[in-house]
Amino acid sequence: MTVKTVERQDVVDFLYTEAKILDEWRLKEWAALFTDDGTYIVPPIGNPEAEPTTSLYYIHDNRTRLQDRAERLLKKEAHVEYPHSTTTRNYHNILVGDLDADVITVECNFTTHRTKREVVDTFIGKLKYELVIENDRLAIKHKKVVLNLDSLRPQGKISLIL
Amino acid sequence: MEIIQDNFEKSEFLVNRRVFSDKEILARERAEIFSKCWLFIGHETEIPEIGDYKRKKVGGRNLLFVRSHDGEVRALFNTCPHRGALVCREDSGNSRVFRCFYHAWSFKNDGELVGMPGKDGFPEDFNDEGTKNMKAVNRLESYRGFMFVNFDDNAISLEEYLGNAKEYIDLVVDQSEHGMEALGGVQQYSVRANWKLLAENSVDLYHGMPTHKTYFDIKQAQDPNLKRVRLEGRGISLGNGHSVIEYEAPWGRPVAQWTPIWDDDFKKVMEKMKQRLTERFGEERANRIANFNRNIVIFPNLVINDIMAVTARTFYPTSPGYMEVQGYALAPKGESEKHRLARNNNFLEFLGPGGFATPDDNEALELCQEAYNNNAEVQWNDISKGMVRGEENALATDELQMRSFWRHYNTIIQQSLEKEVAHQ
Repeated sequence: MTVKTVERQDVVDFLYTEAKILDEWRLKEWAALFTDDGTYIVPPIGNPEAEPTTSLYYIHDNRTRLQDRAERLLKKEAHVEYPHSTTTRNYHNILVGDLDADVITVECNFTTHRTKREVVDTFIGKLKYELVIENDRLAIKHKKVVLNLDSLRPQGKISLIL
Repeated sequence: MEIIQDNFEKSEFLVNRRVFSDKEILARERAEIFSKCWLFIGHETEIPEIGDYKRKKVGGRNLLFVRSHDGEVRALFNTCPHRGALVCREDSGNSRVFRCFYHAWSFKNDGELVGMPGKDGFPEDFNDEGTKNMKAVNRLESYRGFMFVNFDDNAISLEEYLGNAKEYIDLVVDQSEHGMEALGGVQQYSVRANWKLLAENSVDLYHGMPTHKTYFDIKQAQDPNLKRVRLEGRGISLGNGHSVIEYEAPWGRPVAQWTPIWDDDFKKVMEKMKQRLTERFGEERANRIANFNRNIVIFPNLVINDIMAVTARTFYPTSPGYMEVQGYALAPKGESEKHRLARNNNFLEFLGPGGFATPDDNEALELCQEAYNNNAEVQWNDISKGMVRGEENALATDELQMRSFWRHYNTIIQQSLEKEVAHQ
Protein backbone atom coordinates (compact mmCIF):
# COMPACT_ATOMS: atom_id res chain seq x y z
CA MET A 1 0.00 0.00 0.00
CA THR A 2 1.36 3.39 -0.84
CA VAL A 3 0.62 6.25 1.45
CA LYS A 4 0.37 9.55 -0.28
CA THR A 5 2.76 12.11 1.11
CA VAL A 6 1.06 15.03 2.72
CA GLU A 7 2.50 18.47 2.10
CA ARG A 8 1.99 21.50 4.29
CA GLN A 9 -0.17 22.99 1.54
CA ASP A 10 -2.50 19.98 1.69
CA VAL A 11 -3.10 20.62 5.37
CA VAL A 12 -3.71 24.32 4.81
CA ASP A 13 -6.13 23.57 1.99
CA PHE A 14 -7.89 21.04 4.19
CA LEU A 15 -8.47 23.68 6.87
CA TYR A 16 -9.69 26.26 4.38
CA THR A 17 -12.00 23.67 2.90
CA GLU A 18 -13.44 22.92 6.32
CA ALA A 19 -14.09 26.65 6.83
CA LYS A 20 -15.77 26.88 3.45
CA ILE A 21 -17.95 23.83 4.12
CA LEU A 22 -19.10 25.39 7.39
CA ASP A 23 -19.74 28.80 5.82
CA GLU A 24 -21.84 27.09 3.16
CA TRP A 25 -23.84 25.16 5.76
CA ARG A 26 -22.79 21.78 4.29
CA LEU A 27 -22.82 20.44 7.80
CA LYS A 28 -23.16 16.74 7.02
CA GLU A 29 -20.02 17.04 4.92
CA TRP A 30 -18.38 18.71 7.91
CA ALA A 31 -19.23 15.78 10.17
CA ALA A 32 -17.88 13.43 7.49
CA LEU A 33 -14.45 15.07 7.80
CA PHE A 34 -14.06 13.36 11.19
CA THR A 35 -12.71 9.90 11.91
CA ASP A 36 -15.05 7.35 13.48
CA ASP A 37 -13.66 8.24 16.88
CA GLY A 38 -13.47 11.96 16.14
CA THR A 39 -14.18 14.52 18.84
CA TYR A 40 -15.05 18.23 18.89
CA ILE A 41 -14.69 20.27 22.07
CA VAL A 42 -14.95 23.83 23.34
CA PRO A 43 -13.43 24.07 26.84
CA PRO A 44 -14.35 26.74 29.38
CA ILE A 45 -13.12 30.24 28.61
CA GLY A 46 -9.82 30.96 30.34
CA ASN A 47 -9.14 27.33 31.22
CA PRO A 48 -8.55 25.38 28.00
CA GLU A 49 -6.86 22.48 29.81
CA ALA A 50 -9.69 22.03 32.32
CA GLU A 51 -10.79 18.50 33.24
CA PRO A 52 -14.20 17.77 31.76
CA THR A 53 -15.17 16.10 35.04
CA THR A 54 -14.46 19.01 37.34
CA SER A 55 -15.21 21.86 34.93
CA LEU A 56 -18.13 22.64 32.73
CA TYR A 57 -17.22 22.71 29.05
CA TYR A 58 -19.31 24.53 26.45
CA ILE A 59 -19.14 21.62 24.05
CA HIS A 60 -17.73 18.14 24.59
CA ASP A 61 -18.89 16.12 21.58
CA ASN A 62 -18.01 12.56 20.79
CA ARG A 63 -18.45 11.36 17.20
CA THR A 64 -22.17 10.63 17.63
CA ARG A 65 -22.93 13.96 19.17
CA LEU A 66 -21.04 16.00 16.62
CA GLN A 67 -23.09 14.23 13.97
CA ASP A 68 -26.26 15.05 15.95
CA ARG A 69 -25.08 18.64 16.19
CA ALA A 70 -24.55 18.92 12.45
CA GLU A 71 -27.87 17.31 11.59
CA ARG A 72 -29.82 19.29 14.17
CA LEU A 73 -28.59 22.60 12.79
CA LEU A 74 -29.96 21.71 9.36
CA LYS A 75 -33.49 21.32 10.70
CA LYS A 76 -36.00 24.10 10.52
CA GLU A 77 -36.75 23.51 14.21
CA ALA A 78 -33.19 24.46 15.19
CA HIS A 79 -34.77 27.86 15.69
CA VAL A 80 -31.64 29.75 16.62
CA GLU A 81 -30.17 29.03 13.20
CA TYR A 82 -33.37 29.27 11.21
CA PRO A 83 -33.24 31.06 8.90
CA HIS A 84 -29.53 30.26 8.76
CA SER A 85 -27.19 32.96 9.90
CA THR A 86 -24.53 34.20 7.51
CA THR A 87 -21.02 33.37 8.55
CA THR A 88 -17.48 34.21 7.52
CA ARG A 89 -14.68 32.10 8.90
CA ASN A 90 -11.10 33.28 8.64
CA TYR A 91 -8.19 31.07 9.66
CA HIS A 92 -4.79 32.69 10.18
CA ASN A 93 -1.31 31.97 11.53
CA ILE A 94 -1.54 28.33 10.57
CA LEU A 95 1.20 26.24 12.14
CA VAL A 96 1.52 22.69 10.90
CA GLY A 97 3.38 20.15 13.06
CA ASP A 98 5.38 17.12 11.96
CA LEU A 99 3.92 15.83 8.69
CA ASP A 100 5.45 12.39 9.17
CA ALA A 101 3.85 11.80 12.54
CA ASP A 102 0.92 9.39 12.84
CA VAL A 103 -1.14 12.28 14.13
CA ILE A 104 -0.45 15.64 12.56
CA THR A 105 -1.07 18.52 14.94
CA VAL A 106 -2.13 21.84 13.51
CA GLU A 107 -3.06 25.07 15.19
CA CYS A 108 -4.31 28.35 13.87
CA ASN A 109 -6.05 31.50 14.99
CA PHE A 110 -9.59 32.08 13.86
CA THR A 111 -12.14 34.84 13.63
CA THR A 112 -15.66 33.80 12.85
CA HIS A 113 -18.25 36.45 12.12
CA ARG A 114 -21.92 35.59 12.35
CA THR A 115 -24.67 37.91 11.28
CA LYS A 116 -28.37 37.44 11.77
CA ARG A 117 -31.20 39.93 12.19
CA GLU A 118 -28.70 42.73 11.53
CA VAL A 119 -26.56 41.85 14.53
CA VAL A 120 -22.95 40.85 13.91
CA ASP A 121 -21.21 38.71 16.49
CA THR A 122 -17.57 37.73 16.34
CA PHE A 123 -15.88 34.71 17.85
CA ILE A 124 -12.12 34.87 18.26
CA GLY A 125 -9.70 32.19 19.34
CA LYS A 126 -7.44 29.34 18.48
CA LEU A 127 -8.23 26.06 16.76
CA LYS A 128 -6.20 22.99 17.59
CA TYR A 129 -6.48 19.98 15.33
CA GLU A 130 -5.25 16.44 15.38
CA LEU A 131 -5.37 15.14 11.83
CA VAL A 132 -4.75 11.66 10.48
CA ILE A 133 -4.56 10.17 7.02
CA GLU A 134 -7.42 7.82 6.39
CA ASN A 135 -8.12 6.23 3.00
CA ASP A 136 -5.56 8.55 1.44
CA ARG A 137 -7.38 11.59 2.78
CA LEU A 138 -6.89 13.86 5.73
CA ALA A 139 -9.43 13.40 8.50
CA ILE A 140 -10.04 15.17 11.81
CA LYS A 141 -9.43 13.05 14.87
CA HIS A 142 -9.81 15.89 17.32
CA LYS A 143 -10.79 19.53 17.06
CA LYS A 144 -10.48 21.84 20.01
CA VAL A 145 -11.73 25.42 20.00
CA VAL A 146 -10.02 27.70 22.50
CA LEU A 147 -12.03 30.90 22.77
CA ASN A 148 -9.89 33.98 23.31
CA LEU A 149 -12.73 35.95 24.82
CA ASP A 150 -13.56 37.12 28.36
CA SER A 151 -17.06 35.70 28.21
CA LEU A 152 -19.78 34.87 25.71
CA ARG A 153 -21.05 38.44 25.86
CA PRO A 154 -22.52 39.77 23.76
CA GLN A 155 -22.56 36.64 21.55
CA GLY A 156 -24.70 34.81 24.10
CA LYS A 157 -24.44 31.37 22.54
CA ILE A 158 -22.36 29.04 20.41
CA SER A 159 -25.13 28.00 18.07
CA LEU A 160 -22.67 27.70 15.20
CA ILE A 161 -20.03 25.09 14.73
CA LEU A 162 -16.83 26.99 15.40
CA MET B 1 -49.59 52.12 34.85
CA GLU B 2 -51.38 48.82 34.98
CA ILE B 3 -48.75 46.06 35.14
CA ILE B 4 -50.96 42.99 35.20
CA GLN B 5 -54.62 42.13 34.67
CA ASP B 6 -55.49 39.24 36.94
CA ASN B 7 -59.02 38.28 36.03
CA PHE B 8 -60.20 35.10 37.78
CA GLU B 9 -63.73 35.47 36.46
CA LYS B 10 -62.50 35.29 32.88
CA SER B 11 -59.59 32.96 33.73
CA GLU B 12 -57.36 35.46 32.04
CA PHE B 13 -53.99 36.79 33.15
CA LEU B 14 -52.23 39.55 31.22
CA VAL B 15 -48.86 41.24 31.59
CA ASN B 16 -48.20 44.70 30.24
CA ARG B 17 -45.39 44.43 27.69
CA ARG B 18 -44.01 47.80 28.76
CA VAL B 19 -42.30 46.05 31.68
CA PHE B 20 -39.89 44.51 29.18
CA SER B 21 -38.84 47.66 27.41
CA ASP B 22 -39.31 50.63 29.73
CA LYS B 23 -36.22 52.28 31.29
CA GLU B 24 -38.21 53.72 34.18
CA ILE B 25 -39.43 50.27 35.07
CA LEU B 26 -35.84 49.05 35.08
CA ALA B 27 -34.86 51.86 37.46
CA ARG B 28 -37.66 50.77 39.80
CA GLU B 29 -36.55 47.14 39.55
CA ARG B 30 -33.04 48.16 40.52
CA ALA B 31 -34.27 50.12 43.53
CA GLU B 32 -37.05 47.84 44.76
CA ILE B 33 -36.02 44.38 43.61
CA PHE B 34 -32.27 44.20 43.04
CA SER B 35 -31.57 46.32 46.13
CA LYS B 36 -34.03 44.60 48.46
CA CYS B 37 -34.44 40.94 47.53
CA TRP B 38 -32.06 38.11 48.34
CA LEU B 39 -29.76 37.58 45.36
CA PHE B 40 -27.67 34.47 44.69
CA ILE B 41 -23.95 35.22 44.81
CA GLY B 42 -22.52 31.72 44.48
CA HIS B 43 -22.07 28.28 45.94
CA GLU B 44 -19.96 27.78 49.06
CA THR B 45 -17.84 25.16 47.26
CA GLU B 46 -16.56 27.77 44.81
CA ILE B 47 -14.27 29.07 47.56
CA PRO B 48 -13.46 26.04 49.71
CA GLU B 49 -10.12 27.15 51.20
CA ILE B 50 -9.21 30.11 53.37
CA GLY B 51 -8.08 32.92 51.08
CA ASP B 52 -10.03 31.63 48.07
CA TYR B 53 -11.86 34.36 46.23
CA LYS B 54 -13.93 34.92 43.12
CA ARG B 55 -15.13 38.13 41.60
CA LYS B 56 -18.90 38.24 41.20
CA LYS B 57 -21.32 40.67 39.68
CA VAL B 58 -24.50 40.60 41.74
CA GLY B 59 -27.40 42.97 41.37
CA GLY B 60 -25.20 45.22 39.25
CA ARG B 61 -22.53 45.51 41.96
CA ASN B 62 -18.91 44.35 41.66
CA LEU B 63 -18.34 42.01 44.57
CA LEU B 64 -15.49 39.94 45.86
CA PHE B 65 -16.75 36.61 47.18
CA VAL B 66 -14.03 35.54 49.58
CA ARG B 67 -13.32 33.08 52.37
CA SER B 68 -11.43 35.31 54.80
CA HIS B 69 -8.59 34.35 57.18
CA ASP B 70 -11.10 33.72 59.98
CA GLY B 71 -12.95 31.16 57.84
CA GLU B 72 -15.97 33.42 57.32
CA VAL B 73 -17.29 33.91 53.82
CA ARG B 74 -17.69 37.57 52.97
CA ALA B 75 -18.91 39.59 50.04
CA LEU B 76 -16.74 42.69 49.80
CA PHE B 77 -17.63 45.57 47.54
CA ASN B 78 -14.72 45.47 45.11
CA THR B 79 -13.94 49.17 45.31
CA CYS B 80 -11.14 50.98 47.08
CA PRO B 81 -12.36 53.14 49.98
CA HIS B 82 -9.74 55.69 48.91
CA ARG B 83 -10.66 56.70 45.35
CA GLY B 84 -12.89 53.92 44.24
CA ALA B 85 -10.80 51.85 41.85
CA LEU B 86 -11.57 48.18 41.47
CA VAL B 87 -9.20 46.58 43.98
CA CYS B 88 -9.05 42.98 42.81
CA ARG B 89 -8.60 42.49 39.08
CA GLU B 90 -8.14 38.75 38.88
CA ASP B 91 -11.31 36.75 38.33
CA SER B 92 -10.40 34.21 40.98
CA GLY B 93 -7.52 33.03 43.09
CA ASN B 94 -6.24 32.73 46.62
CA SER B 95 -4.76 35.63 48.53
CA ARG B 96 -4.18 36.92 52.04
CA VAL B 97 -4.26 40.52 50.91
CA PHE B 98 -5.82 42.57 48.17
CA ARG B 99 -3.90 45.60 46.99
CA CYS B 100 -5.31 48.47 44.99
CA PHE B 101 -2.70 49.29 42.36
CA TYR B 102 -3.66 52.99 42.09
CA HIS B 103 -2.16 54.27 45.39
CA ALA B 104 -1.16 50.87 46.81
CA TRP B 105 -3.60 50.70 49.70
CA SER B 106 -3.63 47.11 50.98
CA PHE B 107 -6.40 45.16 52.65
CA LYS B 108 -6.57 41.85 54.46
CA ASN B 109 -8.89 39.33 52.88
CA ASP B 110 -11.62 40.36 55.32
CA GLY B 111 -11.38 43.91 53.96
CA GLU B 112 -9.38 45.52 56.78
CA LEU B 113 -6.98 48.25 55.68
CA VAL B 114 -3.45 47.14 56.62
CA GLY B 115 -1.25 49.62 54.88
CA MET B 116 -0.79 52.49 52.54
CA PRO B 117 2.25 54.52 51.46
CA GLY B 118 2.80 57.90 53.14
CA LYS B 119 1.14 57.01 56.42
CA ASP B 120 2.49 60.17 58.06
CA GLY B 121 0.09 62.19 55.95
CA PHE B 122 -2.91 60.74 57.77
CA PRO B 123 -4.01 61.11 61.40
CA GLU B 124 -3.34 58.17 63.73
CA ASP B 125 -7.02 57.47 64.26
CA PHE B 126 -7.68 57.69 60.52
CA ASN B 127 -9.36 54.26 60.32
CA ASP B 128 -10.53 53.83 63.90
CA GLU B 129 -14.11 53.64 62.73
CA GLY B 130 -13.28 51.18 59.98
CA THR B 131 -14.55 53.47 57.26
CA LYS B 132 -11.32 52.98 55.29
CA ASN B 133 -11.72 49.22 55.14
CA MET B 134 -13.16 47.60 52.06
CA LYS B 135 -16.85 47.53 52.81
CA ALA B 136 -18.61 44.19 53.12
CA VAL B 137 -22.22 43.50 52.22
CA ASN B 138 -23.86 43.35 55.66
CA ARG B 139 -26.28 40.60 54.79
CA LEU B 140 -24.83 37.38 53.44
CA GLU B 141 -26.66 34.18 54.30
CA SER B 142 -26.55 30.61 53.14
CA TYR B 143 -29.04 27.86 52.63
CA ARG B 144 -27.58 24.38 52.09
CA GLY B 145 -24.56 25.71 50.26
CA PHE B 146 -26.36 28.30 48.16
CA MET B 147 -25.16 31.73 49.26
CA PHE B 148 -27.14 34.91 48.86
CA VAL B 149 -26.59 38.60 49.57
CA ASN B 150 -29.10 41.31 50.31
CA PHE B 151 -28.25 45.01 50.01
CA ASP B 152 -31.12 45.92 52.35
CA ASP B 153 -29.89 45.71 55.95
CA ASN B 154 -33.48 45.40 57.18
CA ALA B 155 -34.44 42.48 54.95
CA ILE B 156 -36.08 39.41 56.47
CA SER B 157 -33.78 36.42 56.92
CA LEU B 158 -32.89 34.28 53.91
CA GLU B 159 -34.68 31.26 55.41
CA GLU B 160 -37.86 33.24 55.88
CA TYR B 161 -37.51 34.68 52.38
CA LEU B 162 -37.06 31.26 50.77
CA GLY B 163 -40.00 29.90 52.75
CA ASN B 164 -41.71 27.06 50.90
CA ALA B 165 -38.94 27.01 48.27
CA LYS B 166 -36.64 25.36 50.84
CA GLU B 167 -38.48 22.07 50.42
CA TYR B 168 -37.53 21.97 46.74
CA ILE B 169 -33.94 23.06 47.29
CA ASP B 170 -33.77 20.22 49.83
CA LEU B 171 -34.93 17.74 47.20
CA VAL B 172 -32.10 18.86 44.94
CA VAL B 173 -29.42 18.79 47.62
CA ASP B 174 -30.60 15.54 49.24
CA GLN B 175 -29.63 13.58 46.14
CA SER B 176 -26.11 13.63 47.56
CA GLU B 177 -25.07 12.26 50.93
CA HIS B 178 -21.94 14.40 50.90
CA GLY B 179 -23.40 17.67 49.66
CA MET B 180 -23.34 19.27 46.24
CA GLU B 181 -20.46 21.12 44.61
CA ALA B 182 -20.26 23.72 41.89
CA LEU B 183 -18.17 22.75 38.89
CA GLY B 184 -15.48 25.06 37.56
CA GLY B 185 -16.10 27.01 34.39
CA VAL B 186 -19.24 28.96 35.28
CA GLN B 187 -20.76 29.84 31.91
CA GLN B 188 -20.82 33.59 31.38
CA TYR B 189 -23.18 34.54 28.59
CA SER B 190 -25.91 36.97 27.71
CA VAL B 191 -29.26 37.28 26.04
CA ARG B 192 -30.48 40.30 24.12
CA ALA B 193 -33.77 40.25 25.97
CA ASN B 194 -35.38 41.41 29.18
CA TRP B 195 -34.32 39.47 32.29
CA LYS B 196 -37.88 38.56 33.28
CA LEU B 197 -38.27 36.58 30.07
CA LEU B 198 -35.58 34.18 31.28
CA ALA B 199 -37.26 33.82 34.68
CA GLU B 200 -40.44 32.82 32.80
CA ASN B 201 -38.68 30.59 30.29
CA SER B 202 -36.78 28.63 32.93
CA VAL B 203 -39.99 27.33 34.51
CA ASP B 204 -42.00 27.08 31.30
CA LEU B 205 -42.77 23.52 30.29
CA TYR B 206 -45.41 24.56 27.78
CA HIS B 207 -42.69 25.61 25.32
CA GLY B 208 -40.77 22.34 25.73
CA MET B 209 -42.01 20.43 22.71
CA PRO B 210 -42.35 23.18 20.09
CA THR B 211 -39.13 24.97 21.01
CA HIS B 212 -37.01 21.90 21.71
CA LYS B 213 -38.34 19.40 19.22
CA THR B 214 -34.85 18.76 17.84
CA TYR B 215 -33.65 17.74 21.30
CA PHE B 216 -36.53 15.33 21.79
CA ASP B 217 -35.91 13.91 18.31
CA ILE B 218 -32.35 13.09 19.34
CA LYS B 219 -33.44 11.59 22.66
CA GLN B 220 -36.01 9.41 20.93
CA ALA B 221 -33.46 8.19 18.41
CA GLN B 222 -31.15 7.22 21.31
CA ASP B 223 -33.91 5.38 23.15
CA PRO B 224 -36.75 4.04 21.02
CA ASN B 225 -38.54 3.07 24.23
CA LEU B 226 -38.40 6.59 25.59
CA LYS B 227 -41.59 7.11 27.49
CA ARG B 228 -44.11 9.00 25.48
CA VAL B 229 -43.07 12.48 26.44
CA ARG B 230 -46.01 13.46 28.59
CA LEU B 231 -44.19 15.75 30.99
CA GLU B 232 -46.87 15.10 33.60
CA GLY B 233 -46.70 16.94 36.86
CA ARG B 234 -47.70 19.98 38.82
CA GLY B 235 -47.05 23.69 38.90
CA ILE B 236 -46.88 25.14 42.40
CA SER B 237 -46.73 28.67 43.72
CA LEU B 238 -44.32 28.84 46.67
CA GLY B 239 -44.99 32.37 47.90
CA ASN B 240 -42.74 35.48 47.79
CA GLY B 241 -42.71 35.16 44.00
CA HIS B 242 -41.00 31.76 44.07
CA SER B 243 -42.48 28.82 42.21
CA VAL B 244 -41.72 25.36 40.91
CA ILE B 245 -42.80 22.80 38.39
CA GLU B 246 -42.29 19.17 39.34
CA TYR B 247 -42.89 16.50 36.71
CA GLU B 248 -41.93 13.01 35.57
CA ALA B 249 -38.54 12.96 33.89
CA PRO B 250 -38.76 11.49 30.40
CA TRP B 251 -34.97 11.22 30.14
CA GLY B 252 -32.12 9.68 32.10
CA ARG B 253 -31.18 11.41 35.33
CA PRO B 254 -27.75 10.92 36.89
CA VAL B 255 -29.61 10.53 40.22
CA ALA B 256 -30.96 7.89 39.64
CA GLN B 257 -32.95 7.15 36.52
CA TRP B 258 -31.19 4.93 34.02
CA THR B 259 -31.56 5.26 30.25
CA PRO B 260 -30.31 2.86 27.53
CA ILE B 261 -27.57 5.26 26.39
CA TRP B 262 -25.82 4.19 29.61
CA ASP B 263 -24.34 0.70 30.05
CA ASP B 264 -25.59 -2.14 32.24
CA ASP B 265 -22.98 -1.54 34.93
CA PHE B 266 -24.35 1.91 35.24
CA LYS B 267 -27.83 0.48 35.58
CA LYS B 268 -26.66 -1.44 38.64
CA VAL B 269 -25.03 1.68 40.07
CA MET B 270 -28.27 3.55 39.66
CA GLU B 271 -30.35 0.80 41.22
CA LYS B 272 -28.07 0.86 44.23
CA MET B 273 -28.28 4.59 44.39
CA LYS B 274 -32.05 4.48 44.31
CA GLN B 275 -32.06 1.85 47.02
CA ARG B 276 -29.88 4.03 49.20
CA LEU B 277 -32.20 6.99 48.63
CA THR B 278 -35.13 4.81 49.70
CA GLU B 279 -33.27 3.85 52.88
CA ARG B 280 -32.58 7.45 53.65
CA PHE B 281 -35.90 9.01 52.76
CA GLY B 282 -38.55 6.32 52.19
CA GLU B 283 -39.94 5.30 48.84
CA GLU B 284 -42.05 8.31 47.99
CA ARG B 285 -39.36 10.91 48.56
CA ALA B 286 -36.74 8.68 46.89
CA ASN B 287 -38.98 8.56 43.81
CA ARG B 288 -39.32 12.31 43.77
CA ILE B 289 -35.58 12.81 44.08
CA ALA B 290 -34.69 10.23 41.43
CA ASN B 291 -37.47 10.23 38.86
CA PHE B 292 -38.91 13.74 38.89
CA ASN B 293 -37.59 16.95 37.43
CA ARG B 294 -37.81 20.24 39.23
CA ASN B 295 -37.55 23.69 37.70
CA ILE B 296 -37.44 26.19 40.52
CA VAL B 297 -37.45 29.97 40.27
CA ILE B 298 -36.36 31.88 43.36
CA PHE B 299 -37.57 35.44 42.98
CA PRO B 300 -36.22 37.47 41.37
CA ASN B 301 -33.33 35.99 39.42
CA LEU B 302 -32.21 32.56 40.54
CA VAL B 303 -33.26 29.44 38.71
CA ILE B 304 -32.34 25.98 39.98
CA ASN B 305 -33.20 23.32 37.44
CA ASP B 306 -32.83 19.71 38.48
CA ILE B 307 -33.53 18.12 35.12
CA MET B 308 -31.14 15.90 33.08
CA ALA B 309 -28.43 17.47 35.25
CA VAL B 310 -28.50 20.23 37.83
CA THR B 311 -27.98 23.81 36.79
CA ALA B 312 -28.33 27.09 38.61
CA ARG B 313 -28.55 30.29 36.65
CA THR B 314 -28.71 33.86 37.71
CA PHE B 315 -29.13 36.91 35.53
CA TYR B 316 -29.14 40.67 35.71
CA PRO B 317 -30.33 43.39 33.32
CA THR B 318 -27.79 45.97 32.18
CA SER B 319 -30.57 47.51 30.08
CA PRO B 320 -34.23 46.61 29.48
CA GLY B 321 -33.28 44.58 26.42
CA TYR B 322 -30.07 42.89 27.58
CA MET B 323 -29.17 40.58 30.42
CA GLU B 324 -25.98 39.00 31.65
CA VAL B 325 -26.37 35.36 32.62
CA GLN B 326 -24.23 33.12 34.79
CA GLY B 327 -24.81 29.39 34.37
CA TYR B 328 -23.56 26.90 36.96
CA ALA B 329 -23.43 23.13 36.98
CA LEU B 330 -23.91 21.45 40.35
CA ALA B 331 -23.14 17.83 41.12
CA PRO B 332 -22.80 15.52 44.12
CA LYS B 333 -19.41 15.69 45.78
CA GLY B 334 -17.37 12.54 45.41
CA GLU B 335 -19.17 11.31 42.30
CA SER B 336 -17.14 8.76 40.29
CA GLU B 337 -15.40 10.04 37.18
CA LYS B 338 -17.58 7.93 34.89
CA HIS B 339 -20.74 9.11 36.57
CA ARG B 340 -19.63 12.72 36.42
CA LEU B 341 -18.87 12.48 32.71
CA ALA B 342 -22.29 10.96 32.05
CA ARG B 343 -23.85 13.78 34.03
CA ASN B 344 -21.90 16.44 32.19
CA ASN B 345 -22.75 14.87 28.83
CA ASN B 346 -26.39 15.04 29.82
CA PHE B 347 -25.95 18.67 30.81
CA LEU B 348 -24.20 19.74 27.63
CA GLU B 349 -26.62 17.96 25.35
CA PHE B 350 -29.43 20.26 26.45
CA LEU B 351 -28.05 23.11 28.52
CA GLY B 352 -25.77 26.06 28.13
CA PRO B 353 -24.71 28.25 25.21
CA GLY B 354 -23.40 25.24 23.27
CA GLY B 355 -26.27 22.87 24.09
CA PHE B 356 -29.02 21.66 21.77
CA ALA B 357 -31.74 23.58 23.64
CA THR B 358 -30.56 26.70 25.45
CA PRO B 359 -29.62 28.57 22.23
CA ASP B 360 -33.16 28.05 20.95
CA ASP B 361 -34.52 29.51 24.20
CA ASN B 362 -32.17 32.42 23.74
CA GLU B 363 -33.59 32.93 20.25
CA ALA B 364 -37.20 32.78 21.47
CA LEU B 365 -36.48 35.42 24.10
CA GLU B 366 -34.72 37.67 21.60
CA LEU B 367 -37.62 37.40 19.17
CA CYS B 368 -40.02 38.44 21.96
CA GLN B 369 -37.82 41.40 22.77
CA GLU B 370 -37.54 42.44 19.14
CA ALA B 371 -41.29 42.28 18.64
CA TYR B 372 -41.94 44.41 21.73
CA ASN B 373 -41.26 47.28 19.36
CA ASN B 374 -44.99 46.92 18.76
CA ASN B 375 -45.86 47.61 22.40
CA ALA B 376 -47.64 50.88 21.70
CA GLU B 377 -50.30 49.07 19.72
CA VAL B 378 -50.07 45.49 21.01
CA GLN B 379 -49.86 45.81 24.75
CA TRP B 380 -50.44 42.57 26.61
CA ASN B 381 -48.80 39.17 27.06
CA ASP B 382 -51.11 36.30 27.88
CA ILE B 383 -50.14 34.05 30.81
CA SER B 384 -53.54 32.42 31.37
CA LYS B 385 -52.84 28.76 30.69
CA GLY B 386 -54.36 26.52 33.34
CA MET B 387 -56.17 29.30 35.20
CA VAL B 388 -59.42 27.76 34.09
CA ARG B 389 -58.52 24.64 36.10
CA GLY B 390 -58.15 26.65 39.31
CA GLU B 391 -54.72 27.57 40.66
CA GLU B 392 -54.69 24.61 43.07
CA ASN B 393 -54.89 22.18 40.16
CA ALA B 394 -52.23 23.65 37.89
CA LEU B 395 -50.31 21.25 35.69
CA ALA B 396 -46.59 21.52 35.12
CA THR B 397 -47.36 22.54 31.54
CA ASP B 398 -49.59 25.41 32.75
CA GLU B 399 -48.47 28.91 33.57
CA LEU B 400 -49.29 29.25 37.26
CA GLN B 401 -45.61 29.40 38.15
CA MET B 402 -45.23 32.48 35.95
CA ARG B 403 -48.37 34.10 37.31
CA SER B 404 -46.99 33.69 40.79
CA PHE B 405 -43.80 35.50 39.73
CA TRP B 406 -45.83 38.30 38.16
CA ARG B 407 -48.23 38.71 41.07
CA HIS B 408 -45.32 39.24 43.42
CA TYR B 409 -43.54 41.49 40.94
CA ASN B 410 -46.70 43.54 40.51
CA THR B 411 -47.04 44.07 44.28
CA ILE B 412 -43.49 45.41 44.49
CA ILE B 413 -43.60 47.68 41.46
CA GLN B 414 -47.11 48.99 42.18
CA GLN B 415 -45.99 49.97 45.69
CA SER B 416 -43.08 51.79 44.14
CA LEU B 417 -45.37 53.63 41.73
CA GLU B 418 -47.79 54.57 44.52
CA LYS B 419 -44.99 55.83 46.75
CA GLU B 420 -44.03 58.24 44.04
CA VAL B 421 -47.60 59.48 43.60
CA ALA B 422 -47.78 60.06 47.37
CA HIS B 423 -44.58 62.16 47.20
CA GLN B 424 -45.90 64.42 44.47
